[in-house]
Amino acid sequence: MTDLLFYIFAGFTILSAFCVVINQNAVNSAMFMILTFVGVASLSITMQAYFMAILQVLVYGGAIMVLFLFIIMLLGVEGGDKLKPNMLTVLASVSFLAIALVGTVIAFSLFDSPSLGNKISTSISSEADFLVFSSQTSQLGYGLFTKYMLPVQVAGFLLLVAMIGVIYLSKKEVVKTKTLDESIKGSVAGSEVS
Amino acid sequence: MSVGLNHYLVVSGMLFAIGFFGVLLRKNVIFIFMCIELMLTAVNVMLIAFSKFNGVGDGLIFVFFTITVAAAEVAIGLAIIVALYKKRQTIMVDEINQLKN
Repeated sequence: MTDLLFYIFAGFTILSAFCVVINQNAVNSAMFMILTFVGVASLSITMQAYFMAILQVLVYGGAIMVLFLFIIMLLGVEGGDKLKPNMLTVLASVSFLAIALVGTVIAFSLFDSPSLGNKISTSISSEADFLVFSSQTSQLGYGLFTKYMLPVQVAGFLLLVAMIGVIYLSKKEVVKTKTLDESIKGSVAGSEVS
Repeated sequence: MSVGLNHYLVVSGMLFAIGFFGVLLRKNVIFIFMCIELMLTAVNVMLIAFSKFNGVGDGLIFVFFTITVAAAEVAIGLAIIVALYKKRQTIMVDEINQLKN
């Protein structure tokens, strides 16, 4: 049953992600993006990471995509992006993907893919101080406020910096920036006065 | 064949590849930005999968921080796009070639 759900959700996610890329209209693309995030959230639920699923839907599907739609509608750039890339770009990206694929296959064959998960877990279980995976949110909060206290503070500071940066970037230019001539004249005049 | 770590990694890799192609092939900055978000999401799936199948909870906390950084990045990036549009009246990357010549 869980396997079937995984395949359904995975197909759904990949399909909607594909639609994001090939869509001409930016609003449709953003809507498919929300679908992709919902699909990713359901994939998280199949892994019993319930809090992460909710976080995905709330933060990505809610806040971030609303911002995107807001900007798309504000700028009025819904259409007009014809998907007509030049041949060289397509060739380069396809060859890059091919190289990445071959590299992945080689890596998987080297590391004996079926037991990859078991190997990692046995090698690190000897060292203590790792948090235990749990579907309970309280476990996550415990980790956040004990082991990862400093990163939480840094993340909060990052959000503050982002907020200030956005305010600075989007504020109207009240003071016209002087041209080079004017500023040189001004500095010369200032030095004469002083 | 029951679903394991590799299945989730394949899904994550496909999502990442789709986002990667979007970044390379689209001309509109907003599309490029959405594709970057797609790639970040793919990494989130990967982190959750590793966390789940190794029984280590630290990956979930990394996902938490990834989402925080993504939110900050989107705010800044969209502000930059708006500023760009105000200055140049276009957000197509092939028309923004001021440094050329």
